[in-house]
Amino acid sequence: MNPETSRRLLFDMLRIRSVEETIAARYGEQKMRCPTHLSVGQEAVSAAAGAVLRPTDLAVSGHRAHAHYLAKGGSLKAMIAEIYGKVTGCARGKGGSMHLVDESVGFMGSTAIVGGTVPVGVGLSYPMKLNQTGQISCVFLGDAVPETGVFFESVNFAVVKQLPVLFLCENNGYSVYSPLSVRQPPGRKLYELVAGFGLKTHHGDGNDARAVYAALSEGVAAIRAGEGPRFYEFETYRWREHCGPMYDNDLGYRTMAEFEAWKLRDPVPALQRALITEAIVTAADVADMQAEIDAEIEEAFAFAESSPFPPPEDAFTDVYASAAG
Amino acid sequence: MATTFAAAIRDGLATALAVDDDVICFGLGTDDPKGVFGTTLDLHKQFGSDRVFDMPTSEAAMTGFAIGAALNGMRPVMTHQRLDFALLSLDQLVNNAAKWRFMFGGKRGVPITIRMIIGRGWGQGPTHSQSLQSWFAHIPGLKVVMPTTAEDAKGLLLGAIFDDDPVIFLEHRWLHNMKGEVPAGDVRSPLGKARIVRQGDAVTIVAMSYMTVEALHAVDHLATQGIACDLIDLRSIRPLDWPAVIASVQKTGRLLALDSGHLTGGVAGEIVARVATDHFASLKSAPQRLAAPDVPEATSPALTKNYHVRAEHIAEAVGRMLGREVEIASLVAQRTFPHDVPGTWFSGPF
Ligand SMILES: Cc1ncc(C[n+]2csc(CCOP(=O)(O)OP(=O)(O)O)c2C)c(N)n1
Repeated sequence: MNPETSRRLLFDMLRIRSVEETIAARYGEQKMRCPTHLSVGQEAVSAAAGAVLRPTDLAVSGHRAHAHYLAKGGSLKAMIAEIYGKVTGCARGKGGSMHLVDESVGFMGSTAIVGGTVPVGVGLSYPMKLNQTGQISCVFLGDAVPETGVFFESVNFAVVKQLPVLFLCENNGYSVYSPLSVRQPPGRKLYELVAGFGLKTHHGDGNDARAVYAALSEGVAAIRAGEGPRFYEFETYRWREHCGPMYDNDLGYRTMAEFEAWKLRDPVPALQRALITEAIVTAADVADMQAEIDAEIEEAFAFAESSPFPPPEDAFTDVYASAAG
Repeated sequence: MATTFAAAIRDGLATALAVDDDVICFGLGTDDPKGVFGTTLDLHKQFGSDRVFDMPTSEAAMTGFAIGAALNGMRPVMTHQRLDFALLSLDQLVNNAAKWRFMFGGKRGVPITIRMIIGRGWGQGPTHSQSLQSWFAHIPGLKVVMPTTAEDAKGLLLGAIFDDDPVIFLEHRWLHNMKGEVPAGDVRSPLGKARIVRQGDAVTIVAMSYMTVEALHAVDHLATQGIACDLIDLRSIRPLDWPAVIASVQKTGRLLALDSGHLTGGVAGEIVARVATDHFASLKSAPQRLAAPDVPEATSPALTKNYHVRAEHIAEAVGRMLGREVEIASLVAQRTFPHDVPGTWFSGPF
């Protein structure tokens, strides 16, 4: 991997982490009045995907999409403003945290119903195939999605038509408070299950950003070359509560030992340490990155706070293409 | 002792599980540490994980599973943390559950209860807030229940579980913390009976679920201005207690139908239509309805301020129907918390 990509991965991971932590810190101010699902701990997969995908590639996601949106190039200002419900938000305040969109960078939308965007991502890829555009469609998904019928129906069709789709699963072990053990039989590996549909699947450590990047680079090149869809599963961990800003280990649905073990494998300092050891960045470089990120975040929150709310009449717009209906 | 609506649901589930071994209870998060907003909390500890269990995010399959289990003797209660998630199972509900008894000549019915929670406020937004009772009520073969009080939550849930037909049981999230007296034991309320909440001769107000709470504020406020309304809490949307609605309209001559769902194709429209077509002569003025506008609910708090029908809108509508001024400023002033939360107890994120 070239040093530039390594630095980009670190920067993007630091940025996503800082954004999510700032949302967590400020959520209690009661100004972000919508459910928010943070991905602290899961930054590596998003950052790697963002570095592998081209701006012209398209992506869709689900409820936990902040990191996917940012990695794909979405505007931080527009995202924070959206969470604040402001008219300057990426969905003009209509959508909130769970419905992010930035078509200018190929982020076609994230929605809140589990599995809801999987077939949409497959559909996005169809014109790419027909018109041989060289783009791919990336479907970000969690480990609950391969429990839905629509996931398998979509994978099946992507295989039938050999569509350029990257199914990218972040397996964090939980669906809200439900561990995989109550949702899949013992010993089941999602990537093995999905392989039964006749597409190449891959499984890896989702906390090793460079390994994720390497795996995705190979896979995305193959998809681009017309080899059909692929499914990638990366194991990672969500630190904070499913929805909201707090830690929830007091609830007892996961053990402290498990949590601590994953925290020791924090993907952000891991990459930072490695890059410093390998002399790809210096501690001063990291400090500069962090300063740049902090300034951008401060600016984004200030932008959101000072932006106007949408005018009341906006509640009634955008339902149909024209005013009729 | 007063308990919350959520605790009353839990009480109803525990009662059903205790009195009938064929009752099972499942859904996403049923046995998790939050227990679906407390409504299923720790039931698995009491009744075992064969009878109370979590499920995969497989709404369609698990609904069909409930139907099959019911056909083979069980009384499944399935829970969705949001109504919106249950939409994945519409095929099973409409094509199988609702039709089974009919399409097989009455051989067997499907005694399932599907709980769905309706969200609202705090940016629940377009896909976590839908009040789609009219969809379900539109389907012959399904029953639709919408309790308002804690007492009814328990009684109607037990009524639904032991009803021999599929029942869609809709709980409004904003009712979960409301308190009321709840009788102990196996207190099954029959489905299809409305409750007369307030009596008066000026206007008949028909409400359901959380709309009843807003209506109650309006009716009590109007009473201080000498306007006494009949307030009917439907409790059940299908079957609907037409005799109660019609008797009241015959007394008042005026009908205001409220709906937590959208205006077009909603339950309020059905009520207005029936009364207007079959009891036109009882009416002294055109029947009215208040419902959610025909647009999805936005996430921004700025866009939900005027979205939902509130007590002041109901009071104003009554005033218009009676052709007189009503004072609403003091009613609005009573509210001490932001418009997008049900009370001071709620500070997000759900
Ligand atoms: C169809 C549907 N059912 C249930 C839900 C409630 N829900 C929201 S997020 C979530 C968990 C999804 O888990 P996973 O896919 O592993 O993603 P994670 O939250 O772990 O990132 C569930 C069940 C939903 N949004 N949609």
